[in-house]
Amino acid sequence: MQTPAPFEYEHASSVDEALALLERHGPETRLVAGGHSLLPMMKLRLARPERLVDVNDLTDLAYVRREGDQIAIGALTRHAQLASSPLLASLYPIFQDAERVIADPVVRNRGTIGGSLCQGDPAEDLSAVVATLGGSLKIRSRTGERVVAARDFYLGPYETQVGPAEMVTEVVIPIRPGAGSAYEKVERRPGDWAIAAVGCFLTVSGGVIADCGIGLAAVGAPGLPALEAEAALRGRPAGEEAYAAAAQMAAAHCRPQTDQRGPAEYKRDLVAELTRRALRRAAARVMAGGA
Amino acid sequence: MRVAMNVNGEEVGAEVEPRMLLVHFLRDELGLTGTHWGCDTSNCGTCVVWMDGEPVKSCTVLAAMASGRDVRTVEGLEQGTQLDPVQEGFMQEHGLQCGFCTPGMMMTARWLLDHNPDPSEAEIREAISGQICRCTGYENIVRAIRWAAAHQPAKEVAS
Ligand SMILES: Cc1cc2nc3c(=O)[nH]c(=O)nc-3n(C[C@H](O)[C@H](O)[C@H](O)COP(=O)(O)OP(=O)(O)OC[C@H]3O[C@@H](n4cnc5c(N)ncnc54)[C@H](O)[C@@H]3O)c2cc1C
Ligand code: FES
Ligand code: FES
Repeated sequence: MQTPAPFEYEHASSVDEALALLERHGPETRLVAGGHSLLPMMKLRLARPERLVDVNDLTDLAYVRREGDQIAIGALTRHAQLASSPLLASLYPIFQDAERVIADPVVRNRGTIGGSLCQGDPAEDLSAVVATLGGSLKIRSRTGERVVAARDFYLGPYETQVGPAEMVTEVVIPIRPGAGSAYEKVERRPGDWAIAAVGCFLTVSGGVIADCGIGLAAVGAPGLPALEAEAALRGRPAGEEAYAAAAQMAAAHCRPQTDQRGPAEYKRDLVAELTRRALRRAAARVMAGGA
Repeated sequence: MRVAMNVNGEEVGAEVEPRMLLVHFLRDELGLTGTHWGCDTSNCGTCVVWMDGEPVKSCTVLAAMASGRDVRTVEGLEQGTQLDPVQEGFMQEHGLQCGFCTPGMMMTARWLLDHNPDPSEAEIREAISGQICRCTGYENIVRAIRWAAAHQPAKEVAS
């Protein structure tokens, strides 16, 4: 039987209270949101916090809404809510693509976007989605708020910019009218973590790629952006030639490792193929009006 | 610490360690052994119960996290002496062999039918995709849920 080691437990009823508890009790205190990454780690003693601060009562942090030219997503928004958001479905179907293949429907009832991003697992799918879209995270502490670009958020595997007395409150995604987006993942069986996954968005103007983003999962750092592939796409006519060039770049610059999910070379090939597929699908969605 | 919650319509409470998982609270503290506990790793789904009306894997929820919430377990499916159509369906269509995965399957099935009264086979398979039947009796589980969909009791109309 797997049970976590003993710890103290408290509910927070506001962000301020959560931050005060984190500050008062020090770095061995951790927030728990859905608990679907943290509790399994605690069962295995890969994490051993002395105290948990439960933030599930902060239901005012569960939202997806449009704010001017941005989408704001509260940190406590669960996978299931992201999957069923009409706003995300119309502006960024990449979210639905990803949510369909993150874990399973029951896990998706609990896991949150804040927990997913803060876990910093290299194979985590939403990290790749938010990095693809050039989103950013609002991080609160007792002394104020700072905004960190998703692409600068990860210091390494399981390591993020969030300090011990800080909390992510919101994820912000810029809206790009007419953009198409898509996520392509290959896993060993439904509900499993990615062997490799690729997210992308495109905007096209007069047949030429104006703006784009590509983020990778499971082949390097969490949410690894494929910068060279993005550079290869910008200013080029949308089409197979451009996608092939980007696929080659993404494969060349990712950093897969051989593990139980497959050999590094296979993952590299997979990144190339998934990049092509994601770009085709995103481009088709541009044509269809971004939806 | 003290936890208190509503389980199958009844207020219950106990003094527990914060690290106690909801599945063990239900089984060991309340004696509700209908909820099974299998993989311990959030993968098999035999521990699925409802929390505030949504299926969750109770091996990955602390009892403390369920405190103050509504929990529904497989024991809460039957109404009086009347089996839920989902339970009836598992009997009619031979939806279980050893029965180990059954409580979790039935809780997810009930939730699915409440939200989608006439699900396709693909929708049923998607709904139970986080749950494993070691006896691999998926065909009959799908049939059992289809049976339940076809035999829903007349819903009381909320006025
Ligand atoms: C069986 C299974 C399969 C899965 N498959 C996939 C998959 O295919 N793809 C995928 O991407 N994910 C997968 N996951 C992970 C799942 O998406 C988790 O729900 C998610 O990674 C963590 O979200 P959470 O809310 O449960 O976080 P928690 O476990 O509560 O927290 C995770 C970490 O983030 C910290 N944290 C949480 N919220 C905040 C916040 N607001 N501010 C600062 N720190 C915070 C916590 O302290 C902890 O360190 C799977 C999980 C399971 C159990
Ligand atoms: S015991 Fe909970 S998912 Fe297997
Ligand atoms: S009936 Fe035996 S595990 Fe499903």
